[in-house]
Amino acid sequence: MDINKEEYKKLVKRRAPKSPCLKNCCFAFLIGGGICVLGQAMFDFYRHFTNYTDESVYVCVTVTMIFLAALLTGLGVFDSIAKVAGAGTLVPVTGFANSVVSPAIDTKAEGLILGVGAKIFTVAGPVILYGILSGALYGVVLLVMNALE
Amino acid sequence: MSDPTTYLFAFLIGGAFCVVAQILIDKTALTPARILVLYVSVGVLLGAVGVYDKITELAGCGATLPLCGFGASIAKGIRKSVAEYGVLGIFKGGFTAAAAGTSAALIFGYLAALIFRGKPKK
Repeated sequence: MDINKEEYKKLVKRRAPKSPCLKNCCFAFLIGGGICVLGQAMFDFYRHFTNYTDESVYVCVTVTMIFLAALLTGLGVFDSIAKVAGAGTLVPVTGFANSVVSPAIDTKAEGLILGVGAKIFTVAGPVILYGILSGALYGVVLLVMNALE
Repeated sequence: MSDPTTYLFAFLIGGAFCVVAQILIDKTALTPARILVLYVSVGVLLGAVGVYDKITELAGCGATLPLCGFGASIAKGIRKSVAEYGVLGIFKGGFTAAAAGTSAALIFGYLAALIFRGKPKK
């Protein structure tokens, strides 16, 4: 829990309301919306230059956004943006990417296996776990519904 | 090029997802990690009931980029694989749908850890 504590401190610091909720919401809206508009522009770009289906093009945009967030996290820029943007950078896939990359970089000193290898999942683990569990639950519901038909 | 209204809705809906999270952060004790988990789970639910496809049609990346879009694509993957494989589909569909995003985050995360120096440990 040592590293989690540090990571936790950082996350708390990021979320600590230093300014009123309304101001935070404005920044979250503008930056979050802006990221999505940028993504939409990437979507048009990729759709123009590839033969992928729209569904795959969306995935390309997601992967590109994750790459950019990883790069900005590595350069130490992401946290400064996130401090202003709050949920504006947290909710788009950039926040997920940051929550994977950031502990990976910070735990490098603990080794590549139990440091980076384990801590890279600090936030990604819960997200993936509950995403997969919710999906499995939906799968069970689908099977039951199919059986009842 | 996408319709200008898609850009508008990408901005409005993408921004709105963020505002909801910002209110949760400011007004409740939810940590960012919990919010991400909440968004993925809600995304699966919205995808399961078929609402999310409509939001994506309207808002494009304003729907796919927020983490609930990740959840919605898991729901879509489950639906597809359960239709194809039955029970086995429950175990296949989720990760298949989440594959690209998860792999990208892990791969770029690992590379970033190799390339960039972490903050000194206290």
